[in-house]
Formats: sequence, structure tokens, C-alpha cells
Amino acid sequence: MDATRRQEYWRRNLRLMSVLLVVWALVSFGAGIVFVEPLNTVSFMGVPLGFWFAQQGSILTFLALIAIYVWRMDKLDAEFGITEYEEEVHGS
Amino acid sequence: MSSVQAWTLVFVALSFGLYIYIAYASRVSTTSGFYVAGGGIPAPANGAAIAADWMSAASFISMAGIIALSTNGYGGSVYLMGWTGGYVLLAMLLAPYLRKFGKFTVPDFVGDRYSESARLIAVVCAIVVSFVYVAGQMSGVGVVFQRFLGVNETLGVIIGMAIVFLYAVFGGMKGITWTQVAQYSVLIVAYLIPAVAISQHLTGIPVPQIGFGQIMGDLNALQAEFGLDPYTGAFANMNMLNMLLMTATLMFGTAGLPHVIVRFYTARSVRAARFSALWALFFISLLYTTAPAIGAFSKFNILQQIPGTAIGSEPGWFKSWQEVGLITVDDLNGNGVIDVAGGIGKGFELAINNDIVVLATPEIAGLPAPIIGLVAAGGLAAALSTASGLLLVISSSVANDVYYKRINPQATEARQLMVGRITMGFAILVAGYLGINPPGFVAQVVALAFGLGAASFFPILFLGIFWKKTTAMGAAAGMAAGLATTLSYQIWTLPIYGGSDGILGISATSFGFVGMLINFIVTISVSQVTPAPSERMQQLVEEVRYPGRSELVVAHADGPLDDGDLELDNR
Repeated sequence: MDATRRQEYWRRNLRLMSVLLVVWALVSFGAGIVFVEPLNTVSFMGVPLGFWFAQQGSILTFLALIAIYVWRMDKLDAEFGITEYEEEVHGS
Repeated sequence: MSSVQAWTLVFVALSFGLYIYIAYASRVSTTSGFYVAGGGIPAPANGAAIAADWMSAASFISMAGIIALSTNGYGGSVYLMGWTGGYVLLAMLLAPYLRKFGKFTVPDFVGDRYSESARLIAVVCAIVVSFVYVAGQMSGVGVVFQRFLGVNETLGVIIGMAIVFLYAVFGGMKGITWTQVAQYSVLIVAYLIPAVAISQHLTGIPVPQIGFGQIMGDLNALQAEFGLDPYTGAFANMNMLNMLLMTATLMFGTAGLPHVIVRFYTARSVRAARFSALWALFFISLLYTTAPAIGAFSKFNILQQIPGTAIGSEPGWFKSWQEVGLITVDDLNGNGVIDVAGGIGKGFELAINNDIVVLATPEIAGLPAPIIGLVAAGGLAAALSTASGLLLVISSSVANDVYYKRINPQATEARQLMVGRITMGFAILVAGYLGINPPGFVAQVVALAFGLGAASFFPILFLGIFWKKTTAMGAAAGMAAGLATTLSYQIWTLPIYGGSDGILGISATSFGFVGMLINFIVTISVSQVTPAPSERMQQLVEEVRYPGRSELVVAHADGPLDDGDLELDNR
């Protein structure tokens, strides 16, 4: 990869990461804590929604976020022609 | 011997035999095998190993109880969100880049990226955090042996030490990894079977994550009847500020813990490191979404069965835990009946230790003896897997970062391995001693370890990758500032030391995030005024950001950077 391609790769990586981390903060600190009281007025699967986010929903969202990340990064790597990965730890 | 003890013995013997067999089959003779399993572990197996490494006796034995008993229910969410949310940070911000850097330990990265004095600070942090943690695991082993096999607690710890010694000292990271895969399987099966059975029994739905909604209305009503805060109510035990800070501390602390990070070095490649994080969180979430359900079911069962029971006619499970002192009843008003009104906890008539909720769940729900035995084996698997991961961090920090990098750089592979094994054996002895004679502060310090991890490691690892201009001086000053402020705040506010209310009521366990911000500010400020890192180092950091093969990283991994590598830079 030349310098411009690298910058492009890194920029797109950072953009993907920022979007996912905003969602990460919104479900945990947002839905689970800051907005828990208004959300608790809604019932979801038998429990108040804010409580559900704090104990179940945020964990499931985290899992989805990492899944999206590894999937998008694989696509990004393919697009930039990265097919070889370091296979071993080199002795030091 | 009761049938519970017989079944426990069967499951414990079978699982221990399996661990030792695996270790024998994967014994190692190279340092890279000993420290990072040769870096060749496939992502799903690495994920299971991370999950077992990560989920300690605290997650398996204590977490459901902490959620249900020591908070009102909602308050325990900080652990659920904090301990899983950290994996999002690990997957995106650290794992792929550290894997590309391709070293053996966390201090390795710190030392190579910054300076040798930063390496030594990192070694000290890694060792302190690991020992504090491992003491908790060892006493967990003692509790399980004592309660389920009637073995003296000390003997229980010694048996645990012997097992860890066999598979960790000879198998190193490779043995530990494959043993942890087996341990994960044992612990998750042991956790899920009773949860499914209880959910089916109480709600008619065999999925605890769904079943727990069915009893929530009744549970809230029971809580109200006994004068407790609503189970689902927000901010009953902790205010919003502390909820936010503590969740953040646990998240960033998770991403800064050396025994978790080192696991990404064992992944086969950068891509496998990313996938490892996904598999790890998948395996962890099986337990972490079940734990709040177990907590709620147990609280429901306890509140239904115990209040109003005459002393002397309690159910069998209650008596057996009372015998080992983990349930205490104090008939304050002398009416011969256990009253729960006013709450469960110290100073009330009924005090239930958090640690029994998971272990007692099958008995509370009246499940058969084999399941109880299986849960005991699961608790041991959780404790031993985490203990071995931590012991490896201690031994590799000493053998690689102190002995090989600082004392004797000429040491042969065989000699480094021997030092690693001796350190491991010595660390097991210390861990066993701490497990048998736990210093009073261990329980508190485990929670505080996350604050220290967040305040010391996370910012310098993150900036080391994402900000090329971070200097060695900046990192050292930042680490020192973060660690010093966090440690002094914790000492100042901990009940056993200062017991102060602190600033804005921020609790000792929540301060790590503030310490982390201080670390960030100091690192960035000092880096601005100190000379930028060498051109070569900046190129290396740049290199680490791209997952493909590159000569520079290979050259760097083969030894410390010297001028010869410059030619590669200019290729």
C-alpha cells in the first residue's frame, strides 16, 4: 500500500470505529443509565425497558457491534488487497 | 458420604483428569510456546480461552449473588455492562494492533514502544494486579472444596495448587489455553443446566433470559412486601454519577487487564485477534445474560421460602450453608421466626453471603445431586482457569521482561524457559499462601484492580497506537499520575483505611475512570513539550495499523530496533 492508500484505509477504519463506539455509549451509558427512568415506563418482555437494556440489551448490542466490526474490517481488508496476515509470533 | 459429595467427587475427578491429560498432550519446549502458545491458536478456541481466563470465581460464584442480594437488582447492572462493554473497546482499539506488534507480554509493548523504565513500571503493575486477583481465585477453590467435599479449606487450596502446577508449569501458555477451552466448556454447562431447570420450573419457559421477565412483577411485589427497594427500580443503591463512573471504570479496566490482553498475542493473526474478541464476548454473554436471571430467580425463591420460617425448621439447603457460616441468622426481636422486613444484609435478622447464590441455586430449586456436583466442578473450573492465566502473566513478566530483557539478554531459550517455570512454581506457592490466609483487603482490592487497570494501562496502550507523537516521558508521567491519584483516592475513601465520602460522593470503585482521564491529560500534555519519538518509532506505529505482512514489524519482532532497520523503512 502506498501512503495515500494507507491514509484512506486508516480513515475508513476510524470512521467505522467511531460510529460503533457511539452506539456502544448510547446503549450502555444512555439507555442503561442516563435515560433508564423514562425507558422504564415502557415494558419489554415483562421487564421495564431501561432495566432490560442494563441487564440484557446492552450485552446483546455489544456482541452485535463486534460482529459488525469484524465483518466490515474483513471487507475493508479485502478491498485494500490485504490477504496475508502474520501467522506467527516471532521469537525475541 | 452423601450422594451430593459422591457426585461432586466424580465430576471433580473427571474434570481434573481431563485438564491434566490436555496439558500433557500440549506440553511445550519453546519460549514462544510457553508465553503465547506459539501465537497459533484459532479464533474460536482462543475466544473460549479468553472467556475462561476472564470469567473468574467472581463471575461464576459471586456475580449473580451480588446482583440479587447486595444491590436491589438494577444496581448490579454496572457489572454486567462494565465487564462486557470492555470487550468492544478491546476488539476495536487494542486487540488487532497489539497482535500485529506481536510480542509476549503487555510490559513488552510498553517497553518497546516507550522506554525501559516504563517497562519496569508496567511489570510492577501487572504483577500486583495479578497477585491480588489470584488470591481471590485460590480462596474460591477452598470454599468449593470445603462446602461440597467436606475437605478442610487449606487442603482444598493445596489440591488446587497441585493441579494448576501440573498443567501450567509444564504446558505453559499452550497447555493453559487448551485446558481453558475445556474449563470453559465445564463451567458454562454447569452454569446453564441449573438456570434452565429453574427457569422451566418457575416460569414454564426453559430460556432463563426470557423466563426472568415472567417473575419480575411478583418479585417487585415481594420486595415491596418486605420493605425493599423495587428490584427493577433505578438508582436505589447508587446514584447516576456513580453508576456512570463505575460502569466506565469496569469497561476501561477490562481493556487494561494484562491477563486478558496477553490472550490476543496467542491469536493466529491480526484477523484472528479480531475474531477472538467476537468469540470471547459470545461465550461470555452466555453466562452474563444468564447471571441476572439466576439472581432474580434465587431472590424470588429465598423471599418466598424463608421469611416467616420458624428458626429450626428451615429448608435443608439453608442449614447446610448455615453450617459453613455463609448464611447467618440473628433473631434480633427474639420471636423465634426469621423476619426479612427491613432487608437482607448485615444488621438484619438474615444475612446471606453473595457467594452462595450460584452454588446453592440447584439445592434451593430442589435439583438432583448430579447437577449440584456439576456446579461445584464448574466453580472450580472458573477459579482454576483464571488462576492459571494470571500465574502466566506473573511468570512471563518476570522471566521475559525482567530476567531476559533486563538482567541476562544472552540467556538461551532453555534457560529462559527454566526461569519461567521456576517463577511460575514460586508464584503458585505465593498464590496458595494468599488463598489460605487471605489478607482482609483482598475482596476490596479485586474490585479496585479494575480502577488501577483503567488508570494505568489503558491510556498508554491506546495512545501508543492511535497517537504517534506520544513520548516515553509522557507515558511514564501519565501512568504515574493516573496510578498515584487513583490509588490515593481509593485508600482515602475505602472504609478500612480513610472511609471518607470523597469528592462528589464518588466511590473508591468508581474513581478509576477519573484516574484514566488524568492519565490521558498528563500523557498528552507532557508529550507536547518533550521531543517527539524517533522517526523510526513513528513509522513502526504507523505500520502496526495495517494488518498485512510487513518487514518492519518482522524485523522489530526479531529484536530491538537498531539502525539497520532504517533501510527497511526506506524500502
